Amino acid sequence: MNRIMYRDAVASALAEEMRRDESVFVMGEDVAIVGGVYKATKGLLDEFGPQRVRNTPLSELAILGTATGAAMCGARPVAEIMHVDFIGCGFDIVLNQMSKMCYKTNGQVTVPLVVRTQCGRGKSNGCTQSQSLEALFTHIPGLKVVMPSTPYDVKGLLKSAIRDNNPVVFIEHKGLYQTRGEVPDGEYLIPLGLADVKKYGKDVTIITWSKTVLTALEAAKELEGHGIDAEVLDLRSLVPLDFDTITESVSKTGRVLIVHEACERGGYGAEIAAEISDKLFDELDAPILRVCGTNIPVPNATIPEVESAPTVAKVVSAVKKICQGGKFRD
Amino acid sequence: MNSQELNLTRADLVEMYRMMILIRHFEETTVAYFKQGYVIGNMHMYVGEEAVATGVCKVLKKEDYISSTHRCNGHMIAKGADINLMMAELMGMEQGNCGGRAGKMHQAAPEVGFLCANGIVGASETLATGHALYCSMFAPDRVAVAFFGDGGGNQGAFHEAMNLAAVWKLPVIFVCENNHYAISTSVKTSTAMGSFYQRAAGYGVPGVWVNGNDVLEVYTAAKHAVERARRGDGPTLIECDTYRLRGHHEGDEQTYRTRAEVENVLNNNDCIKRMKELLEREFSWTEEEEQALHKSVDDQVAAAVEFAMNGTPMKVEDMENHLFAE
Repeated sequence: MNRIMYRDAVASALAEEMRRDESVFVMGEDVAIVGGVYKATKGLLDEFGPQRVRNTPLSELAILGTATGAAMCGARPVAEIMHVDFIGCGFDIVLNQMSKMCYKTNGQVTVPLVVRTQCGRGKSNGCTQSQSLEALFTHIPGLKVVMPSTPYDVKGLLKSAIRDNNPVVFIEHKGLYQTRGEVPDGEYLIPLGLADVKKYGKDVTIITWSKTVLTALEAAKELEGHGIDAEVLDLRSLVPLDFDTITESVSKTGRVLIVHEACERGGYGAEIAAEISDKLFDELDAPILRVCGTNIPVPNATIPEVESAPTVAKVVSAVKKICQGGKFRD
Repeated sequence: MNSQELNLTRADLVEMYRMMILIRHFEETTVAYFKQGYVIGNMHMYVGEEAVATGVCKVLKKEDYISSTHRCNGHMIAKGADINLMMAELMGMEQGNCGGRAGKMHQAAPEVGFLCANGIVGASETLATGHALYCSMFAPDRVAVAFFGDGGGNQGAFHEAMNLAAVWKLPVIFVCENNHYAISTSVKTSTAMGSFYQRAAGYGVPGVWVNGNDVLEVYTAAKHAVERARRGDGPTLIECDTYRLRGHHEGDEQTYRTRAEVENVLNNNDCIKRMKELLEREFSWTEEEEQALHKSVDDQVAAAVEFAMNGTPMKVEDMENHLFAE
């Protein structure tokens, strides 16, 4: 075990898969000499050369379209979109090409492609370089959507995403790249569609993903001081969704808070709340609440940037509201 | 164009002539069955443009890739797709090339390098560039062709694909089928300089203009472009000046052009007529041969209709299959 940074775990996953399978290659803006603006492809050019670490022009449509076209022939590209906000420049390929290829061809043409990108606040990059847009992707049938929160998860999930025969939108978080965590020396895979209980608890389930997992864990620690034992459930992959683990947790706690950085309106949290209400209504002891991004573009100034996203204080307050006056289960 | 200079035999020319007739007859038959309600969906016919697909695909090998548009029947047939499976797909049958779920605009025949048609104008440009990227990395003897129209030529994808293909010297041929109208919008009002081939200069690659209704001109340009791509010298842009003889779709009232304009092309520059005249003039093509050829095409298309009409409509219980690959 080594304590390594999230960004190094990404690079390590890419290197291992490129060593293992010569059809895997990386393409994107500034991925080669500088190793990506967040250093997540650092070292790959030296080991694999410019044929397999392909620096592209600033052309998101061409990056996504050629990566999809190459994947349709049998290659396994990992295409990087520098900020998830930039996906708009090439969105046709996501919306109409990679996601529909397998279905429309009756399974004859597959797209084993990973679109690596990153999202989120925290760098005062303002409204077009700070968004969390996962709901755009979860709404499109035919895409898998993965959002890891730790170095361990990002490595194991990225390796699985590369080996998957479907298009996977793999969304990292710019605020996580320099976080550190334990990562084993040897190879391991984490299957897509398996949630992870990051902290066990019995009173309330906090369902979250990506960087707000850290917010939820901090809030859970604070809640212990209020006599509330919160469980923190990291979905890790939004599509496929591990509803079994949600069921197990909600059946235990009877109370649910959903936390995500993306705007609340139309967010993936609403989908999860609806599905819990549909399938687990009898298990619930309180209404499902959400703590999400405010429904505004992300402001640049530091404090509004922070306050328009879930904070520890907001999570603590929402959990206390959910647990107020209720009888906890044993 | 002298056919002997091209090293084409009489049999080659007859094969191309037959291909153009097959495409036209297949499509005219789909229109008839569309009117009766058997063929479903929007019908975008390739009638008048057959020389482009025929001339280009004559140069290609089965393993080469092409990427197509909503007006895809001609490209598919010319690349060697099974017309029985196509007709069944057009009728929504599970025996179709995509089980009935794709329809005309989204069908595929991967066994002949036709990975998909497309309802998005211009999508073929980056997808074919991606096929060419695959070829350059993993199958260096293959090339890819992007077919797109004058509409697709005005999408941003055109620029991004051309530029990337040029800087990476990818083995892709961009074939712009300029049929003069994007639905109702004339190239005269949509396209700076009125044509596309000059744009190649901006990417430092060859840009060629041909009469897209002359199959030998198309063939010649495609041959040079494919040879260049196979040598590793990169992409070529070929503008095929052609004409859509039917409406944008079946039912298009065509108020944006005159009947005289259409008839002028039909009478003076129709690809099939041109080829027939060449065969008669230089290869003593006989009326018996002409009739035998038409008979064989009629039989082939009739067999496709019979195959499709005997199919089973795609089932609701199968509609959720293949969302994801295993």
